[in-house]
Amino acid sequence: MNVMDTRATSAMLYLDGVHVSFDGFHAINNLSLTLEPGEMRAIIGPNGAGKTTMMDIITGKTKPDEGTVLFDGVTDLTRLDETRIAELGIGRKFQKPTVFESQSVQDNLLLALNVDHSVKATLFWRGSKAEAERIDKVLETIRLTEARNRLAGSLSHGQKQWLEIGMLLAQDPKLLLVDEPVAGMTDVETHLTAELLKEINRTHTVMVVEHDMTFVRELGVKVTCLHEGTVLAEGTIDQVSSNERVIEVYLGR
Amino acid sequence: MTPHMLTRSLDRSATIFLAVVAACGILIPLSNLLLPAGSFLQVPTYLVALWGKYVCYAILALSIDLIWGYCGILSLGHGAFFALGGYAMGMYLMRQIGTRGVYGNPVLPDFMVFLNWEKLPWYWYGFDMFWFAALMVLVVPGLLAFCFGWLAFRSRVTGVYLSIITQAMTYALLLAFFRNDFGFGGNNGLTDFKDILGFNVQAEGTRAALFALSCLALIVGFLICRAIVSSKLGKVLIAVRDAESRTRFLGYRVESYKLFVFTVSACMAGVAGALYVPQVGIINPSEFAPGNSIEAVIWVAVGGRGTLVGAALGAVVVNYAKTFFTSGVLAPYWLFMLGALFILVTLLLPKGIVGTFNAWWDSSKEKRTAATSVSAAAEDGVTEPKMAE
Repeated sequence: MNVMDTRATSAMLYLDGVHVSFDGFHAINNLSLTLEPGEMRAIIGPNGAGKTTMMDIITGKTKPDEGTVLFDGVTDLTRLDETRIAELGIGRKFQKPTVFESQSVQDNLLLALNVDHSVKATLFWRGSKAEAERIDKVLETIRLTEARNRLAGSLSHGQKQWLEIGMLLAQDPKLLLVDEPVAGMTDVETHLTAELLKEINRTHTVMVVEHDMTFVRELGVKVTCLHEGTVLAEGTIDQVSSNERVIEVYLGR
Repeated sequence: MTPHMLTRSLDRSATIFLAVVAACGILIPLSNLLLPAGSFLQVPTYLVALWGKYVCYAILALSIDLIWGYCGILSLGHGAFFALGGYAMGMYLMRQIGTRGVYGNPVLPDFMVFLNWEKLPWYWYGFDMFWFAALMVLVVPGLLAFCFGWLAFRSRVTGVYLSIITQAMTYALLLAFFRNDFGFGGNNGLTDFKDILGFNVQAEGTRAALFALSCLALIVGFLICRAIVSSKLGKVLIAVRDAESRTRFLGYRVESYKLFVFTVSACMAGVAGALYVPQVGIINPSEFAPGNSIEAVIWVAVGGRGTLVGAALGAVVVNYAKTFFTSGVLAPYWLFMLGALFILVTLLLPKGIVGTFNAWWDSSKEKRTAATSVSAAAEDGVTEPKMAE
């Protein structure tokens, strides 16, 4: 091994032999997974397969019992808390859209911008032109320019999903974890979301958890199927969806 | 506070509130001192002292609203910070008595002589100087809040659990201050004050000045709270209140934010207590009673949490009602009334007085704008048919 190279792996995200159990229930069981920089990966799997728990581990919400979780080849994520991990550049969209309902759409984006998040900096914060421009740009991308002054709580379900994706964009992380972005969306919205994620993937590494197979097919990326907390199959959508075990536990015959 | 923080923070209700408090702070003392006693417009001295007490309560309510209304931290022990500020001021006032005490000891307060103490305990040092006592009014509550908050927020104690440990904190202090050997006068507390900064605390002029100072403190406290909640930090606080873990995932160190407002709020409560003590003339351990802190939370709920103006208004309204009802035949039933008030407000007026008023005002404004646009359209004679004439 090259002494100069302290990176253990070239991967953006590297999970190896991860175990988590809650009161004896093995939510994650010897999970190993690698995401290369610039990659977009779709994660599928039945309910309880451990998809959300995996995201909890990556973002520091849950600590694994054992195993390695490396970010950007150098950082051991299991030792850090949510704030620190977010600062490193991992953003997350939740399964249930979580926006700040009592604040306006543009304030939601302002809060998400990756600027100094210390108490002092926010107390004496004054808006800058660069920040305003970035917010304008994100609003345009997520098609919410018209709704910028509306309270986030008054948005439709689909718009909230988009606002949350917009918050991820404002956060501009190296790695985006997107949990069920098209749940409850119309077909048109689903299509637009796929386009948006592909657009985002040009500059970011993305991991998407989704049940909607049409959507996953539209993304056209490598697919990992989880089952009982471990990787069941990995490959193109056609390979995975023709896998006997995947059909048995997830897709159904 | 930079100028842009001030201008940004003043909206209509804030301006009205400041104008009313400033007017009271100037006119009430003037009327008390300048108009002849017994004249219709003269405010009697006992009322100046009573209203001064309400103003101190309003500052306490403001400090609770800052953490509860904006950051979702329900402290049921904020009376402790109020009382600590009060004790710091009380200690200064005790040292000012000097040889005029019953035992005439130039250094030791009466209760220490009574307990046969030989010398002043170290923690009483410095309280003969006003600047030191004034500093302690901020430092003691602030430091306690900082240590308490550091432990609680880092361990992510939230919601009802946090409320319970704040109750425990104030109850523990209540028990400690009741003890004679704790050195703060035991259950009698500190009283029989003579002067403050050389002025007789009983004199009309001093009382009027204390009232004006309390109003000034309310104004300054209000401006600080407004500056905080209308800054970006205020948006972060609301984010923490509404979706704490989401805020963490955006990279905000939630515990630092909570610690900041909790400490600021405790310092404000301390100032309120310090202004309260010379006006009521006594501070004793009952100020730490858990019930007091709960009562203060009810003021905020009645006035409207998350509005600041409402908190101050709620403190005045509920305390006026308390004065009114506890001085008549209904006195034994006051606590029942207070409990009923809390239940009724929670059920019927969850946004409180000011919150409900704001919602009504906004919706009626919307209707007015809608009405004008409809009538404008009607004048164009295109979309709307003529109404009956």
